[in-house]
Amino acid sequence: MSTHTLSVLAENKPGVLSHIAGLFSRRAFNISSLAVGPTQDDRVSRFTIVVDGASTPVDQVCKQLEKLVRVLKVVELSDGAAVERELALIKMRVDPALRGQLLEVADVFGASVVDMSPTTLVLEAVSSPAKLDALLAMLDSYGTCELVRTGRVALARGAGVITDDAPALTAVREQTDTAA
Amino acid sequence: MQELTGAQALVRSLEQQGVEVVFGLPGGTILPTYDPLLSSSLRHVLVRHEQGAGHAAEGYAWATGRPGVCMATSGPGATNLVTALSDAYMDSVPIVAITGQVGTSLIGSDAFQEADITGITLPITKHNELVTDVARIPAAVAEAFHIATTGRPGPVLIDVPKDIQQATGPWSWPPVMDLPGYQVPGPPSLAAIRAAAAMLVQARRPVLYVGGGVIKSDSHADLLRLAELAKAPVTTTLMARGAFPDGHPLALGMPGMHGTYPAVAALQEADLVVALGARFDDRVTGKLSDFAPRAKIVHADIDPAEIGKNRAPDVAIVGDLRLTMAALADTVAAALSSDSADRTGGTALAGTGDWLAVLDGWKRQFPLRYTQESDGPLKPQFVTERLSALTGGDAIIVAGVGQHQMHASQHYTFTKPRSWINSGGAGTMGFAVPAAMGAQVGRPGELVVAIDGDGCFQMTAQELATCAIEKIPIKVMIFNNGFLGMVRQWQELFYDERYSSVELGTAIPDYVKLAEAYGCLGLRCERPDEVDTVLDKALAASDVPVVVDFRTHDREGVFPMVPAGRPNDDIVLGPEFSADEQRAATRREMTNRELGI
Repeated sequence: MSTHTLSVLAENKPGVLSHIAGLFSRRAFNISSLAVGPTQDDRVSRFTIVVDGASTPVDQVCKQLEKLVRVLKVVELSDGAAVERELALIKMRVDPALRGQLLEVADVFGASVVDMSPTTLVLEAVSSPAKLDALLAMLDSYGTCELVRTGRVALARGAGVITDDAPALTAVREQTDTAA
Repeated sequence: MQELTGAQALVRSLEQQGVEVVFGLPGGTILPTYDPLLSSSLRHVLVRHEQGAGHAAEGYAWATGRPGVCMATSGPGATNLVTALSDAYMDSVPIVAITGQVGTSLIGSDAFQEADITGITLPITKHNELVTDVARIPAAVAEAFHIATTGRPGPVLIDVPKDIQQATGPWSWPPVMDLPGYQVPGPPSLAAIRAAAAMLVQARRPVLYVGGGVIKSDSHADLLRLAELAKAPVTTTLMARGAFPDGHPLALGMPGMHGTYPAVAALQEADLVVALGARFDDRVTGKLSDFAPRAKIVHADIDPAEIGKNRAPDVAIVGDLRLTMAALADTVAAALSSDSADRTGGTALAGTGDWLAVLDGWKRQFPLRYTQESDGPLKPQFVTERLSALTGGDAIIVAGVGQHQMHASQHYTFTKPRSWINSGGAGTMGFAVPAAMGAQVGRPGELVVAIDGDGCFQMTAQELATCAIEKIPIKVMIFNNGFLGMVRQWQELFYDERYSSVELGTAIPDYVKLAEAYGCLGLRCERPDEVDTVLDKALAASDVPVVVDFRTHDREGVFPMVPAGRPNDDIVLGPEFSADEQRAATRREMTNRELGI
């Protein structure tokens, strides 16, 4: 599956999430993953949206997103030029005899134990989506009983910043400054 | 700073915005606003159903180019606007809808007449907002009008809870708009203009494919200049009828599913299609992969998302179409003046003379054809042509969706922009009567004629009461064939003549009595020889609305026709043409010289 990762800056206002989600529904675009959170500017939210390029015309997605009044900037992060991370919490039911083996696997992938009971443990893993998939495949044979993954978050590598050439965002800042 | 209630601020903001008329119907949650409305400069037209208010706002906007405004209460009042908002969204019509909402403390509690109208209209508005702070009202109104009317126009809805209308807040005008993410495309790239002009000058078989954007941007004068400079034929889509005079030698008429043969075939054979404010809609392209297969594409539009949405262009021009058209015409003019050769027979420049001769041949060979027997059933095409002749192409024609709409578009000879109003993209039955009402309010001195089907008419006919009481003297020509005519046509052609739930009957209601009950002049016309007399009588009535019941032939179809989803090369000329003529139209043999090879 060829996925595309979009970073979207939007005004942090009520209804913005439904405008963005509604656009995907209305245009029959598919979202593979979605993560939203505030940025260093509390008037701005950042969405990281992963879409499947095979079923969804990515260029159209970007252009339609840019038309939303509350959206400030849309950037497609190209493969390899971005740091991409997901976090997973994984609850395992483990035979005490296999626990040591399991912890070795976790260690190889840099996952840490964040909760433990006599029969279960919870692993926390933060890594690239591909590495996370590999970890989950390994864990599967030990009996994963509960899994939760965040959506993907991503930042471009190098010196470039998403707000470069983003007059819209500057406008938000200036208005904030004026108000202050 | 002056303090006003939210309701007063809302009404004063509309006044400041230059609004002269609001179409609406009051109810519980919008009551606070209707109070200051009473003593404002705004004219309020009290409709009979909120859908009528929405379509009237659309008709007003189509006819005047200024934003239309409609107002409704929460819940069912607001949801009754949904069809009109959807219609305005599909046809990029600038309207602002203002709805009351239950008080903020009640939102989410399933309160009486509560509906999440911003949620419901999210996919069918350019933007919407639930206003939760009385101080934001002036800015919310200013932003709504700015968004509705700039860039690609569209509907905007503002939902105002009752307690926000009643609360008091500071008033100042103009407010500071807070739209950091909204950018209006500016002037087009000169490089793209030059590339497009060069292609147009060199094309042997160009077609200007003109969409509604030309009318919305008021660039019809530059269109005429461009077409005449480049000697390029022009096809005007359903949204663009009137953007180019139908009587002009370069006019091909409408393209698409029910387009004229010369328009459809010209696009199929073109070596260059210049799309101007058009969006390669499926009703124009037919099967997309077979549309204009030999053509390079220049696509000019203000909406960047339209570029490449359906057909990848060779040259894309994003920007204000008015500037684009002017620059394109100027650039073509400069290119031609730098080469003294006459374009038609030119040497250095490619000529379109052979191409225009081919198109003229097609116009003669494959015109819009119908037969009106002098003692036979009345044909809708004939009525339309008589209306066109008697009004000199000078009326504002309003249609809904269906056979009547196609016949009106095909057979009325349009001479100027903003004289054709219809439901294009959404295909909304019931559009015509309320939209005509809005158009008449916007252009009170002019002749506004709704051409409507009997099916469409019955969906919104109650607005005749509004028209009669408010002295809005629209003329409604019902093409009464007793059927949902277009559906009937599809059942005839594609469902083995199995007519399923499609017959309405011609007699009920009695449209003459209905008109009279609504305080309108009701007329009936059943025979071809009565048409002129009845039309004269209808057009002469200037003080009351008029309804004419034209009993039209129930078997008459709309032709030409490209069956849905088929390539445009499969165009069917219809029963008025012989098998030989159809064969000639399908094969369309052109000589190499005609092809410019």
